[in-house]
Amino acid sequence: MTRTDRIAEPWGTRTPYPAGGQWPVRVDTHLEDGLDPGDVDRWVQTASILHSNGDALDIAVKDGRIAGVRGRAGDRVNHGRLGPKDLYGWQANSSPDRLTVPLIREGGKLVETDWDTAMDRVVNRTRALLAEQGASAIGFYTTGQLFAEEYYTLGVLAHGGLGTNHVDGNTRLCTATAAAALKESFACDGQPGSYTDVDYADVIALYGHNMAETQTVLWSRILDRLAGPNPPAIICVDPRATPVARAATVHLAPRPGTNVALMNGLLHEIIANDWVDHDYIEAHTVGFEDLVRQVKDFPPETVARICDVPADRIREAARLIGGAERLLSTVLQGFYQANQATAASVQVNNTNIVRGMLGKPGCGILQMNGQPTAQNTREAGGDGDLPAFRNWSNGAHIKDLARVWNVDPMSIPHMSPPTHVMQMIRYAEEGSIRMLWVSGTNPAVSLPELGRVRSILSQERLFLVVQDIFLSETAQLADVVLPAATWGEKTGTFTNVDRTVHLSEKAVDPPGQARADLDIFLDYARRLDLLDKDGQPLVKWHDAESAFEAWKECTRGRPCDYTGLTYAKLRGDSGIQWPCNEENPDGTERLYADGKFWSAPDYCESYGRDLVTGAPMEASEYKALNPEGRAVIKAAEYIPPHELPSEDFPFQLTTGRTLYQFHTRTKTGRAPQLQAAAPEVWVEMSAADAAAWGLSEGDLAEVTTPRGRVRAQVRVSGIRDGVLFLPFHYGYWDTPSGHEPDGAGRAANELTITDWDAASKQPIFKTAAARIEKVSAGEGPSKAPTNTASAPVSPVGWSTHGSPGSEADEDFPVPGGEA
Amino acid sequence: MKIGLALEELHRAENDLAQELLQVSERHKADHEIYHLGRDLAGWSHRHIREIAEVGRNYGLDLDPEPESESAWAERIREKGSELLGRRSHAALLLLRDLREIYMKAAGVSADWDLLGQAAQGIKHTDLLEVATRCHPDTLRQMHWAHAKLKEEATQILVS
Repeated sequence: MTRTDRIAEPWGTRTPYPAGGQWPVRVDTHLEDGLDPGDVDRWVQTASILHSNGDALDIAVKDGRIAGVRGRAGDRVNHGRLGPKDLYGWQANSSPDRLTVPLIREGGKLVETDWDTAMDRVVNRTRALLAEQGASAIGFYTTGQLFAEEYYTLGVLAHGGLGTNHVDGNTRLCTATAAAALKESFACDGQPGSYTDVDYADVIALYGHNMAETQTVLWSRILDRLAGPNPPAIICVDPRATPVARAATVHLAPRPGTNVALMNGLLHEIIANDWVDHDYIEAHTVGFEDLVRQVKDFPPETVARICDVPADRIREAARLIGGAERLLSTVLQGFYQANQATAASVQVNNTNIVRGMLGKPGCGILQMNGQPTAQNTREAGGDGDLPAFRNWSNGAHIKDLARVWNVDPMSIPHMSPPTHVMQMIRYAEEGSIRMLWVSGTNPAVSLPELGRVRSILSQERLFLVVQDIFLSETAQLADVVLPAATWGEKTGTFTNVDRTVHLSEKAVDPPGQARADLDIFLDYARRLDLLDKDGQPLVKWHDAESAFEAWKECTRGRPCDYTGLTYAKLRGDSGIQWPCNEENPDGTERLYADGKFWSAPDYCESYGRDLVTGAPMEASEYKALNPEGRAVIKAAEYIPPHELPSEDFPFQLTTGRTLYQFHTRTKTGRAPQLQAAAPEVWVEMSAADAAAWGLSEGDLAEVTTPRGRVRAQVRVSGIRDGVLFLPFHYGYWDTPSGHEPDGAGRAANELTITDWDAASKQPIFKTAAARIEKVSAGEGPSKAPTNTASAPVSPVGWSTHGSPGSEADEDFPVPGGEA
Repeated sequence: MKIGLALEELHRAENDLAQELLQVSERHKADHEIYHLGRDLAGWSHRHIREIAEVGRNYGLDLDPEPESESAWAERIREKGSELLGRRSHAALLLLRDLREIYMKAAGVSADWDLLGQAAQGIKHTDLLEVATRCHPDTLRQMHWAHAKLKEEATQILVS
């Protein structure tokens, strides 16, 4: 056993393994100071809540409290490992800041009340609005951090009960483009690949994906391959010098907003050199000729000019992709939150499709997620899509869903795509959405252009309900605040990016009167007396397991088939990948083996959209394009970002995350080791830019865009020239002003632009024109982490490390072997 | 031969569509997708205008390759107005009217491209046929966009 400071070494100790080998087990444990594993009262099964990797772990319970965590050795995802946010984040559950009683706004102030009063207020407003305007007055904005059972219940009551089309999740900001890109290429959501592809791949390409910080355990798997025999080549596309970039064989740092040009350049080389699997294309795809035509205009020299990347490096990356025998491609925010998000991510799919590299070990695509249950948000109806990947523009699917719910098909809104959150905010702005129910997310910090968002959310005429575990910036603006239980305090299932389903069991009671999100939704449905067409309760379940059984029925025969799963089966050896049904009782490791897709017109989830205009394709168009249900190769023209640098705003601002924090820090900011590792906002710029603007490490600077200003200390980092980076985690809940800036702000989204990808509706956080000015000389270096993408270019006199209590145990049960 | 006349008419119609897209974009600045896409899609019409002017020379025409533009002053006035209008519900009705107008104008341009394509084929003018084949799909996409936005917005605007 080893004790490791997992703040200083976030990826822990290496356990090298060869291509095709078994990833060795390493069990990571962190218990509260002085607690011996033998003294733990019980261990309760769950998985990670503070990122999307789906690492299986057990919660240690001592005297009715959460007292630590331990990775599950037998799980397919993590083989016992945990990341820093898993090891330390659980402490936030017992923060004294937890909401423990419902609050209502009285005389402009939030005051404590009881559940009946709070829920009556919500129900009365719902009824009044339904009578006055109808369901179009009501919107729901949820998260990627509840459980499948909860999203499904919310979807049923909102779509089938109230009949509103206004349902979305914060997955819209996060990985809406993952879903959109999969729907374009395969006509259905669902990851083709598996994490085990890391074990076999000889080339791994990460596009805008700083895996080292977003999925630390998956990155450990890659690091262990890199440390073993026959390591894979790594391609990294990122404007920052991330840990991935530093480990890469080829690093491309394109100018923000030019991803489609870069991808077209790579595809140009792959096609020009005929590194193409013509048999696969012939047998399993449509659209290849369009791609050939489109990328003809993108030779490396042209792309080099657009992206400001050396032409030879583009050739080198293309040669690696073109020569790969087992190609794994992964994509995240650098593509999803950028200009032309869906178009660029679809081109990544195209690299695997034209090379025929799908559905075989090492040959996969992971359009990553950012949140633990983002996949469930998308599949169970939390993001507005109809549950189990039903197609809103296919009448037969609506009829089938109406059968499952026992309602009239007309009562399920399907006249147009679901309303995405930015549109909901717009409807609230112009006054047609008059009640917004926000659960488990913090739009007052996470949406773009915060000045605008705050002014909309604080309107008198908008009835704002916030269901959360802390009094977030958004909750401070609410009319009713509902205290929720969180991970470890309630039971449910969640599914990670490679379709692995985990059960998360209740370990301890929630604090005070806080309730499980599921119980809150069930209570709302009951109080509203929502009925099916036979006059029976619409929501026919009463707890997590009965909700899961209902959800399973809804998935029967659909791509994300859960019917082979039960809570009992999910206990014990954990982690089963959907589809899991009679045909595949142990789950399914890879989709699309043998070139078979879910894209047949009568079965597919989506007919696709125009990648530039976002206009949905009609059924007849799709049938003409893809009658046999093949993979769709979709080409895309390059369109420059809408806001380009100018004389006044000469930089491009990009925002993002750091390893140690999650979202708006509601939990990680309350876990001492994590908060200490990244305590305050910083702004990154390159050494050349810093010199040209007379700025040095640690100087206080003000970053300005046409929408606002933010003050932060400068970190001179390895970011490319012409680009500024701000982490988006830092809002105002732990400042005196509470929910808004007092003077210059510190939330990155004060500065971001209101603009989104028309196909996925994901807002653009990666390109805004900005300027930077010095406010005052620094009294010391910035406190940004030194062992991540924010690493300084020259030593700052200290390095990121944990306090004495922050070591974690690493246990190697069978050195170099499996457990 | 009346191809010149048809090209002149198309040149006028593309200019008109581009103007409409830009004006609608400016009028609905608070509807950000309309604002940004209106400008992007006007760019497609601008490209078409250049191509029409270029190919028009083969038919003895002297068409302006630059799109007609209004003064920047008028543009700014409208943008400011649209921000102020952003919170009033009749702006939403105006949006439906504007999208319908784009849809109709794009349909007109589409019909013009059809006419020219047919003529070019009949007379075997490959230059003109290539221009039509290249540009017409853009027009259909402009039309589909306006149609899709209309369908998407209609429910909320009309029932609220």
